[in-house]
Amino acid sequence: MFKTIKFRAALAAVVCLVALFYLLPSLTDNLPFFWTKDKIHLGLDLQGGTHLVLEVDTKKALEGSLERMANNIREKLMENKVRFRSLERKNSNISIEIQEGVPVSSLENIIKEHFPDLEITSSEITGGKGIVVLSYLGKRAVELKKLAVEQSVETIRNRIDQFGVSEPEIIPEGADRIIVQLPGVKDVARAKNLIGKTALLEFKLVDDEHSLDEALKGNVPEDDIVMYGFGPDKETARKASVPYLIKNKSLLTGESIETAQVKISDRFGESYVSLTFNSQGATDFERITGDNVKKRLAIILDGTVHSAPVIQEKISGGQAQITGSFTMDEAKDLAIVLRAGALPAPVSILEERTVGPSLGQDSITKGIWSTIIGGLLVVVFMVAYYRLSGLVANAALLLNIVILLGVMAAFRATLTLPGIAGIVLTIGMAVDANVLIFERIREELRAGKTARAAIEAGYAKAFSAILDSNVTTLIAALFLFQFGTGPVKGFAVTLTIGLVASMFTAIYVTRIVFDYFVLNKKIQTLSV
Amino acid sequence: MEIIKPSINVNFVGSMKIAFTISFILIVISIASIVWHGGLNLGIDFAGGTIVQVKFQKATPTEAIRSALKPIRLENSIIQQFNPQEVVIRTAESTSDLKGLSAKIEEALSNVYGKGSFEVRRVEVVGPKVGKDLTTKAILAIVFSWVAMLIYIAWRFEFRYGVGGIAALVHDIIITVGALSLFNKEITLTIIAALLTIVGYSINDTIVIYDRIRENMRKGLKKDLGEVMNISINETLGRTILTSLTVFTVLVILFLLGGDVIHDFAFAMLVGVISGVYSTVYIASPMVLAWEKFRPSKMRRK
Repeated sequence: MFKTIKFRAALAAVVCLVALFYLLPSLTDNLPFFWTKDKIHLGLDLQGGTHLVLEVDTKKALEGSLERMANNIREKLMENKVRFRSLERKNSNISIEIQEGVPVSSLENIIKEHFPDLEITSSEITGGKGIVVLSYLGKRAVELKKLAVEQSVETIRNRIDQFGVSEPEIIPEGADRIIVQLPGVKDVARAKNLIGKTALLEFKLVDDEHSLDEALKGNVPEDDIVMYGFGPDKETARKASVPYLIKNKSLLTGESIETAQVKISDRFGESYVSLTFNSQGATDFERITGDNVKKRLAIILDGTVHSAPVIQEKISGGQAQITGSFTMDEAKDLAIVLRAGALPAPVSILEERTVGPSLGQDSITKGIWSTIIGGLLVVVFMVAYYRLSGLVANAALLLNIVILLGVMAAFRATLTLPGIAGIVLTIGMAVDANVLIFERIREELRAGKTARAAIEAGYAKAFSAILDSNVTTLIAALFLFQFGTGPVKGFAVTLTIGLVASMFTAIYVTRIVFDYFVLNKKIQTLSV
Repeated sequence: MEIIKPSINVNFVGSMKIAFTISFILIVISIASIVWHGGLNLGIDFAGGTIVQVKFQKATPTEAIRSALKPIRLENSIIQQFNPQEVVIRTAESTSDLKGLSAKIEEALSNVYGKGSFEVRRVEVVGPKVGKDLTTKAILAIVFSWVAMLIYIAWRFEFRYGVGGIAALVHDIIITVGALSLFNKEITLTIIAALLTIVGYSINDTIVIYDRIRENMRKGLKKDLGEVMNISINETLGRTILTSLTVFTVLVILFLLGGDVIHDFAFAMLVGVISGVYSTVYIASPMVLAWEKFRPSKMRRK
């Protein structure tokens, strides 16, 4: 029953209809409600947009985490009266110099009890000085790095959601990379800025007691740090990089922020960002401002001092402002990154591929023309060379393309520019199977076989050649898929689907037509 | 219609010496070209760097663009002109900072030409890390594909046929890369895609003939391998020419109409396909014979 012409024709028809079902949404929107909505997904090189490969500096994330650990350890040691000379983080280690006479074991016990994620990598006692070096347990370090990447992905996703790009894709890759795809994005520079900004917001006090000039010469007081910000230069009154002497301890960070909004000041119509603290943050802010009236509070973004206004009075109500000659866009973007949160570690761009929409559209047009003209040439040639059998091959070719596009739509595969080249190439190579069969049939006819016998022999003997040659091309396509990125992957996909579909149409479907004419209609001579 | 007469009988195997000589010369030319150019013209995909494709509203000569780039010290970039209005600026540096060279280039051009007078059509930035990654991957992909083909053919036919197939393959790749070098074409990811496709296509071709040889051997004709090969090649010549013709035709269309990115891809494929047909007919099977003489297989006929 499976071999009857009726069954086979029905099967071919079903395959064709299913393919069309999936293909139609890409061609028109006027479809009844039950139809799928998936169009063929266009690659970035066809619809325009940007593709970024980011690298998360996981080492810095680890160091930042260790820094916070160091502060906690300091407090715990002081609590337990374990006296130490110095405690500081150096690269990926914390180095503690304990006081003479303090047993290392007391330090070790505290670490074991309160800081299980750390391990002691070395402890030396030389001449009365004891130096203990701590670092993260190997396993924990790996976990933390992974966490940093995951957090970065989330943060970037939050930022992009607010930026308003349709169908963005943010995917982690490997140990420390993130792939970001923004189809149709118009202002790429702005998007990159938004994504990469670490956005670490810190509130620190300005140290007005010590001399700034002394610090600039190199004598920085303990607990202080010199930071730079933008402000009018004292001498030239032009915008320049201005130094500040800042107390190192961060009183508040961006984590205390509930939300940030862009507002326009009444005075000059300038944009500024209004911050609202969360309840704990509001309490902290009230306390800090109450304790430090008349001192300057520096608002620092990513290590640059934005402004350092004088605290006039205790501020309750949990609101603060970041001002400073923003354009509307700059203010908006700042609000976005503050809302989405800071990146746990700095992010750098390893690779960028951006295609403007006009080039994308051009590529689509060129691709479509190539396919049509290439297809037509092949079609004309097949009819000229193989006459009516050529027509059958052409019908198979058309079905081939329909199946190819339908499968791509159904599996939401991405069509890229090389992918279109793959379709054109498939057209050229798909007819190969038919050529093999028809040449064989001609040979068998020349040897004196009847039409029916020639067809059987032709299909049977050509089959092994078709199989082997297509499998090898598929192996090559597999390597391409493995190796390739984006556009090249798209090429491998269309080539593979096209070849597999071509085997179906060239062998199964064309046979139906031949059998119909020779078995049912009892045709004696073949037009081949 | 018939292009190849059924009674055709060209002595392909007999011309083995001439064919090998021609191939040898072509391969030498290819390697010489690569050496003379000081290596391959690696695109930024492998060498790292930045590419900015800019279309101006008016025709703009490269010299003018070069001076516009002077303030940002990029006047030594490679500037390729596609047409009087459209250029591709390529520099070997790539910064990983967010602003990026592309924004700087845009700014520099805006300062000279005004913001709306040009359009940035395409930007590609590849950092050195990624560049190295891709280079390794590309070479591995090509080499492993050769190995995979060898294994498949050895399994479906015999080892000596695998040798012939690989010889034809390596021959095709070297000649294609040589042609790319001769015309100083950039080696990009898309070109590697073309090379891998040529691998698939060349083997494809070769297998059809091997299949016919296998079939003819099974018939138990009392002819030696060389004669059987000749017969087989002649018998399949029609199909070989035809399929090559259809693939060649669509590639020419792609070459002419496909646009800049596809243009180089089509060029590589065209060279590869021509070389592929030549190697299939004149190299693969004779190579099997040569290998046979060098190391006779235990079974003379299967």
